[in-house]
Amino acid sequence: MQGTVESQGTAIAVDHAHEHPDFRVLGLLVFLISESLMFGGLFAAYLLLRGMHEQWPPEGTEVELLVPTINTLILISSSFVIHYGDVAIKKDDVRGMRKWYWITAAMGAVFLGGQVYEYLTLGYGLRTNVFANCFYVMTGFHGLHVFIGILLILGVIWRSRRPGHYNAQKHTGVAMAEIYWHFVDVIWIILFTLLYILTRF
Amino acid sequence: MAQAQLPLDTPLSLPEHPKAWKWYDYFTFNVDHKVIGIQYLVTAFIFYLIGGLMAVAMRTELATADSDFLDPNLYNAFLTNHGTIMIFLWVVPAAIGGFGNYLVPLMIGARDMAFPRLNALAFWLNPPAGALLLASFLFGGAQAGWTSYPPLSTMTATTAQSMWILAIILVGTSSILGSVNFIVTIWKMKVPSMRWNQLPLFCWAMLATSLLALVSTPVLAAGLILLLFDINFGTSFYKPDAGGNVVIYQHLFWFYSHPAVYLMILPIFGIMSEVIPVHARKPIFGYQAIAYSSLAICCVGLFVWVHHMFTSGTPPWMRMFFTISTLIVAVPTGVKIFSWVATLWGGKIRLNSAMLFAIGLMSMFVLGGLSGVTLGTAPVDIHVHDTYYVVAHFHYVLFGGSVFGLYAGIYHWFPKMTGRLLDERLGILHFVLTLIGTNLTFLPMHELGLKGMPRRVAMYDPQFEPVNLICTIGAFVLAFSIIPFLINIIWSWNKGKIAGDNPWGGLTLEWTTSSPPLIENWEVLPVVTKGPYDYGIERRQESTDEDHDEEE
Repeated sequence: MQGTVESQGTAIAVDHAHEHPDFRVLGLLVFLISESLMFGGLFAAYLLLRGMHEQWPPEGTEVELLVPTINTLILISSSFVIHYGDVAIKKDDVRGMRKWYWITAAMGAVFLGGQVYEYLTLGYGLRTNVFANCFYVMTGFHGLHVFIGILLILGVIWRSRRPGHYNAQKHTGVAMAEIYWHFVDVIWIILFTLLYILTRF
Repeated sequence: MAQAQLPLDTPLSLPEHPKAWKWYDYFTFNVDHKVIGIQYLVTAFIFYLIGGLMAVAMRTELATADSDFLDPNLYNAFLTNHGTIMIFLWVVPAAIGGFGNYLVPLMIGARDMAFPRLNALAFWLNPPAGALLLASFLFGGAQAGWTSYPPLSTMTATTAQSMWILAIILVGTSSILGSVNFIVTIWKMKVPSMRWNQLPLFCWAMLATSLLALVSTPVLAAGLILLLFDINFGTSFYKPDAGGNVVIYQHLFWFYSHPAVYLMILPIFGIMSEVIPVHARKPIFGYQAIAYSSLAICCVGLFVWVHHMFTSGTPPWMRMFFTISTLIVAVPTGVKIFSWVATLWGGKIRLNSAMLFAIGLMSMFVLGGLSGVTLGTAPVDIHVHDTYYVVAHFHYVLFGGSVFGLYAGIYHWFPKMTGRLLDERLGILHFVLTLIGTNLTFLPMHELGLKGMPRRVAMYDPQFEPVNLICTIGAFVLAFSIIPFLINIIWSWNKGKIAGDNPWGGLTLEWTTSSPPLIENWEVLPVVTKGPYDYGIERRQESTDEDHDEEE
C-alpha cells in the first residue's frame, strides 16, 4: 500500500479494506479442522485398542462416573455462558462481555480442578493398563486444550480493559475465543462418550 | 486485518519506504512472504547438502559387502536422519514453504499471505527441528529408520528417538500453520479480477497440498505423541505384551506419511505446469484437467495408506481395497503427464536448464510411477517388500521427481527472485550430471531388489557387490553434480546477467512486477485480463508492453 501514489492511495485503501476483511476467524476454523484430526487420530487408536480386547476396560479398572458427569455439565453449560458474552459485545456491552467471559473462565477452571481431583482419586495411574494409558493421555490432552482456552479467554478479558478495543463492530478476538471454547466442548462430548459412557456397555 | 499487521503507513511516507529487502533482512524474523520463501529455500537446501552427505557416506559403506567404513549404529543413524532430513527438512519445506510462500501471493496478485506473522513463525520452527535432529547424534542418533516403527524405536537410543519425535512434531506444526495460511490466502486473497479458472496451476496444486497437509499431519502427531509416551512414560500403546498393538502406529504413521509423498510431489506438479507452457511457448493442454487432478490426488491419496502395510497381517479384503485405491491414484497422475506431453507437442521449445529439468522429471517420474504401480499391487509388494526395489522406486519419484522439479523451479524463478539470470552452460552441466547420477544410482537398485537384497542394512551378501558398486559410483556423480549448481547460484546471484522483469515471457502475475519484486509486490495491484497460459505471439507483445507500464 505504501507503494501507491497519493492520488490513488485512498481509492486503493478503500478497495483494499473491502477485499481483505479480517481472515482470522476463517484461519481459526481451518486450523480447528486440523485439531479435530489430531483428536481423531487418538480416537482411532483408542477404538482400535478397544476392538482388540475382549474386556474393556480391563478387569480392576472401574470408570468413575459421578465427578466426570458433573464436570461435563459444567463444561457444556459454559458454552452457553460464553455465548452470552458474545451477544453482549455485539450490543456494545463490554462490561457484560467481561462478566460472562470471567464466568466461563471460572467454569473452565472448575472443570480442570475436577479433572485433577478425578486423577487423584482414581484407583489407577497412567501405566496401569492400556485403557488407563488412553484415559490419561486423551483426557490430559483435552485438559491442555481447556487450559489454552482459558488463557485465550483471559487474554480477551485483559485486552478489553483498553477502552474501545472491542465493540459491536470489532470483536474478532472475542469471537475466536468463543469458537475455540465451543470446539473444546465438542471434543469433550466425544471423549466423554468414548471413555466414560461406552465403557459401561 | 492480516494486512494491518504489516507496517501500514500513510502514502505520505513513500520516500522512506524501501523498495526491496536488504541482505540482513533474510536472517531476521521477517513477515514478508518473499523473504520467508527464500529463507525456506536456502535453509532447506543446506539440509539437502547435509542429508546428501549422509547418503554419500552410506553409499561408500555399501560399496563393499562388509561393514568396513561406518559403525553399524552410525550407519543406522545416518539412514534414519538421511530419510528424515530429505523429506521433512528439504523437499517439503522447499516445495511448499519455499516456492509456495514466494509464488502464491505473487501469482494471485496479493500483497502478502493472509497471516504474515504466522507465516514467519511457521518458518522459524524449522531450524530448531533440524538442530534437534543433528543434535540427536550426540546421543547416538535415532536409529529406527525414518518410519520409526515400534518396537524397534522403543528399544534403540531413547533420548535420540525422543528428539527425533519432537523434531517431527515441530516441522509438522510448521506444516499445519503453513497450510492454514495457504488455504485462506488462495481462497480469499486473489485479486478481484481473477476468476477461479484463471488461478495459476501452481496455486491449484498448493491448495490441494495444503488441504492434504491440514488433514493428515495432525494424525501423525497423534501417533508420535503416543510413541513418545511409550518411550518415556512407560505406557504401552504399541507394546503387544502389555495390551498394545504395533500396527496401530503403522496406521497412524502411514495415514500421514503416504499422503506426504503427495505433499512432496503436488507442488512439484504445480511447478511443472508453470515451467512447461512458458518454455514450450504454448497454452497448457487441459488446464482444468490438471487443476482438478490435483484435487483428485489429494482426495484419493487419503485412502491408500494401507498399501505400506500389506505385510503387516492385513486381511485380504483390505489388501484388495487398498490395491485398487492405490492404482486409481495413477489415473489423475497420468492425466497430468499426458497434459504436459500434449503441451510440449508442437511447441516452440526452449531447451534451457529449467525445461531440461522439467523434461527430465517427466521421464524419471514415469519410471518411478510404473514401479509404483507394481508395488501398489499386493502380490508384487509382498515379494519385494523391504528390498532395494522399494528404495529404487521412491528415489525415482522423490529424486527424479521432486528434486528435479525443485531444480526446474529454481532455474525458472531465480531471475524473479534475484533479478539475475543463472548461467545456462553451468545449468546444463548440472542437469547432465544429475541425470546420469540419478540413473546410475537408482536404476540398478531395481535389480538388487528383485534379487532380494534387503534395504536398511550395512552388510549384505557378496553376490550383490558389483551392482552396489555401480550405485555408489552414481551417488558420487550425484554429489559432484551439486558443485556446478552451487557455483552457478553464488556467482549469478552477485554477478549474473540482469534478467529484466519477464525474461521468459511468462503470463502469470508474478512476471508483471519487478525482479526482484518490491516490498508488497506491486505499486498498483495488477488486473487480470487474460488466462495465465494464453501464449501466442500477439499476446506476448501485450504482456511486454504491460511490464513496461508497470515499471514506470
